Amino acid sequence: MTAALLDALLGLLTVDHFAFLMLGVCLGLVIGVLPGLGGIAGLSLLLPFLYGMDQTSALAMLIGLVAIIPTSDTFTSVLMGIPGSSASQATVLDGFPLAKQGEAARALSAAFFASLIGGLFGALVLTLFVLIARPLILAFGSAELFMLTLFGLSMVGVLSGANLAKGIAAASLGLAIGMVGAAPATGEYRMEFGSLYLMDGLPLVIVALGIFALPEIVDLLRGGASIAERAALGSGWFKGIADTWRHKWLSLRCAGLGAIVGAIPGLGGGVVDWIAYGHVVQTTKDRGNFGKGDIRGVIAPESANNAKEGGALLPTLLFGIPGSGSMAIFLAGMILLGLQPGPAMADRNLDVTYTIIWSLALSNVLGTGLCIALAPGIAHLTTLRYALIAPFMFMVISFASFQATRSFNDMVTLLVVGVLGTLMRRFGWSRPAFLIGFVLAPLAERYLYQAVQFAGWSFLTRPIVLIILALTVASLWAGLRRRPAGAAVNTEGVGGAATRMLPQILFSIAIAGLFAFTFIEGLGVSFLAQIFPVAVGVVGGGATLLVLVQQMRGPKEAGTANFDTEASVSDFGPWPYLAWFAALIGLTGLIGFFAALVIFFVTFLRVVARSSWVQTAVLTAAAALFILTLAKALNLVFPGGLLQDTYDLPWPFR
Amino acid sequence: MSGLTRRSALGATAAMAAGLALPGSARAADFAGRTIEFIIPFAEGGGSDVWARFLAPFIARHLPGRPTVIVRNVPGGGSITGANEYAARARPDGLSLFGPSASTHLPFLLGDPRVRYDYARWTPVLVSPTGGVVYVSARTGVRNGSEIARLRDQELVFASQTATGFDVVPILALHLLGLKVRYVFGMRGRGEARLAVERGEASIDHQTTPAYRASVVPMVNAGTAVPLFSYGVLGADGQIVRDPTFPDLPHFGEVYRALHGRDPEGPAFAAYTACATAAFAGQKPAVLPRDTPPDIIAAWHRTIAAVVADPDLKARGEEVLGDYAQAVGADAERLYRVATTISPEARAWVRDYLTANFNVRF
Repeated sequence: MTAALLDALLGLLTVDHFAFLMLGVCLGLVIGVLPGLGGIAGLSLLLPFLYGMDQTSALAMLIGLVAIIPTSDTFTSVLMGIPGSSASQATVLDGFPLAKQGEAARALSAAFFASLIGGLFGALVLTLFVLIARPLILAFGSAELFMLTLFGLSMVGVLSGANLAKGIAAASLGLAIGMVGAAPATGEYRMEFGSLYLMDGLPLVIVALGIFALPEIVDLLRGGASIAERAALGSGWFKGIADTWRHKWLSLRCAGLGAIVGAIPGLGGGVVDWIAYGHVVQTTKDRGNFGKGDIRGVIAPESANNAKEGGALLPTLLFGIPGSGSMAIFLAGMILLGLQPGPAMADRNLDVTYTIIWSLALSNVLGTGLCIALAPGIAHLTTLRYALIAPFMFMVISFASFQATRSFNDMVTLLVVGVLGTLMRRFGWSRPAFLIGFVLAPLAERYLYQAVQFAGWSFLTRPIVLIILALTVASLWAGLRRRPAGAAVNTEGVGGAATRMLPQILFSIAIAGLFAFTFIEGLGVSFLAQIFPVAVGVVGGGATLLVLVQQMRGPKEAGTANFDTEASVSDFGPWPYLAWFAALIGLTGLIGFFAALVIFFVTFLRVVARSSWVQTAVLTAAAALFILTLAKALNLVFPGGLLQDTYDLPWPFR
Repeated sequence: MSGLTRRSALGATAAMAAGLALPGSARAADFAGRTIEFIIPFAEGGGSDVWARFLAPFIARHLPGRPTVIVRNVPGGGSITGANEYAARARPDGLSLFGPSASTHLPFLLGDPRVRYDYARWTPVLVSPTGGVVYVSARTGVRNGSEIARLRDQELVFASQTATGFDVVPILALHLLGLKVRYVFGMRGRGEARLAVERGEASIDHQTTPAYRASVVPMVNAGTAVPLFSYGVLGADGQIVRDPTFPDLPHFGEVYRALHGRDPEGPAFAAYTACATAAFAGQKPAVLPRDTPPDIIAAWHRTIAAVVADPDLKARGEEVLGDYAQAVGADAERLYRVATTISPEARAWVRDYLTANFNVRF
């Protein structure tokens, strides 16, 4: 085994192979920095080039890209409060406040170092377990997976803000929206309004961008000026590394958690950062600072999300079952290279597996180095006026959203979810709780139904199920003890007390209406597809009614989370900027994305950013060039509008 | 069965008259400097995507004028979105090739109201067949395929995605064989279903040929899985014959005969045959709009024939195409027509069956 490992390393260290590894790492770095674009988009970019490549070079390139994304996506999470990819949503909670306090350098270096530890740990897990992982992975059946989704949901306890009822309502809202589409048990469609688009359910990338990115962009725009309130990066590079070193056991624990969640096929990596974040809050005594800039809140998710990739390779290689969206494309890449995943990867093709492991380890080291080297340059962005950055952000999140199904509907969904996200942020509804609910809704329903169908209710007595159940109870207890005084993390920041409760009350009523709709829609399908929507409608509706009662009694009763800043701020709130984004989407619906984007850029830069014509022209040209390059590489036709329906235009206006 | 073959023969004849009778008669189409789009109604990373990406460089090499060939993914609606879009938008200029798959054929055959495409309006230039094998876990007590009758005494568990997709084929097959099966739906792919068998949650399953060879053959060798039958392939005379990849394995018809003592027939069997051909033997066609000028279609036929004969493709195609003969020209047309047609009686039967047993609403 050692000899084979060394052979694989030497094979990788030739100039050719190493160059391709670097290529993958560099591309991954860029893709990771761009909000919303992650492994799926990055690997799709590389797929057309695999033809004719030798296996080692190609694998090194693919893995190089996958491995660095959870490291480089930290940049926007920390510097702009916008998750760079779905893997580092939780990093925002403490990373962004740290950056605002002038400690961006510390947060970034702690994050990168934690990513390195996580990445290397993941590679180690892969090395040690690739030969023996089959029985371990097989021990997780639908019953165990169902319990794991419950464990994930238990994190809502710590992420719900000070008002538990609101947190439960937010999570239920996520569950309800996650249920749109086909019911796993019967294939019946629910809440889809007869639309072919909604039958597939809402894509995670769009929901995450709408919930986290859009409200943040709008808020930053509203704040005017630049993001960094003080120096861009601040000092503290070594402090950050020292922080991670001081919390190395935490980092390793979270890396282990990440590797396990990644390795269990079926759970998906969508919530691994939140689980790690929940874990650190639960196991910490002095949790008062979480959500306001605690460095441990950065270290935990960053250790976990890099380790996840190593773990996720186990089911991908051994069973041919992709643990995540990006692993599905990696799998396609392997087949194009003439490698069929399966038991042979731990046997006849072990050399290939070792090449993958070394690529993973090397690219984590290289990626961390590159990120640290590039940090000052990237951080410089935060000193620019945000009005100059915002149109690029709008462009990138639109682009990322229509990566999902390549249709105009993707952009409309982004806007709708974005409005919901803005309102939730404003009224202090926990968005992490919502996202956890959204990701776990289809999984919880699917695995509960399957567990009962396979084994009946006796599945509850399986040993691993009982162990996970105990962990879930412990997690709930750890999250809920000493409530409400500082026990839970205020994920939505701290707002001033609202003087006008009416907007909040109207929002709560609308949410209650949505739960009623979920309930009614649930009654319309057959029994097996009915249980979940009905249960979510009842629980969510109940929690929302509780919130409403509190809100009716006035600001004090409604807990500390009153974010109706409308009363204290003299501008028009976030709405004008959301309207700008809506205009971009509306224009796309008329004349197609590319033409709309150019017009949007020119108008936005002239009107909002008050740029000179020269600056406007340069920035618009840069944006156009960037988006065309990316679209060309992905063979993408931009979402079209009425114009495109009527006339046949040449690309990129097609 | 006779109805099916007659119809397919008619279809093939019509196709000959429409498109194939003209090769050589028109000027050679030239695609130099053009971009050919190979449109796939699935996201990056699926089986169809891999198939198209594998073929694209070969098509580029053999098309007259050596154009650029790109793969464009139009995912959504389980491939219905992309197929609807192609049906509505594709121009008859030979520049956009479309690659539907079993999940595109089956809703069409079952009469799904969301379908707005019609296979009769397309003409195939290639059909890539695949095969499939139904196997059971060794926990059922069956030691080899000839003991299949013993399965009638127990309830089998099948982990499936949905009743209206790809898995309709084993559902109909096992129904025809008279086996008692409990279906557990909501799997996300055949891989998860295979895992359920390995874990002991499910006891019967089917896999397409590449997945079977990579992941089930090791189980068979280890004595934990037992193959029962293959779906077979469509022979030259329209009859189902043994799958060349599994010459020792009986096909469905043989197993049926062994169990029931007679040949399968009737609307249930017609429905099974239509669905099985759509899902396996005719799984991946590459089509052009039917009204494409004959010279362009002829150029495409010649191109695809050259692609299939390319020694490089033969050397590297194992993982993607398997051992199956790629159908081109008249063969493609014949296979395509069988895979995309169903008699009204068979369609009515399968719809009723799915509604009665799986609560499917059409």
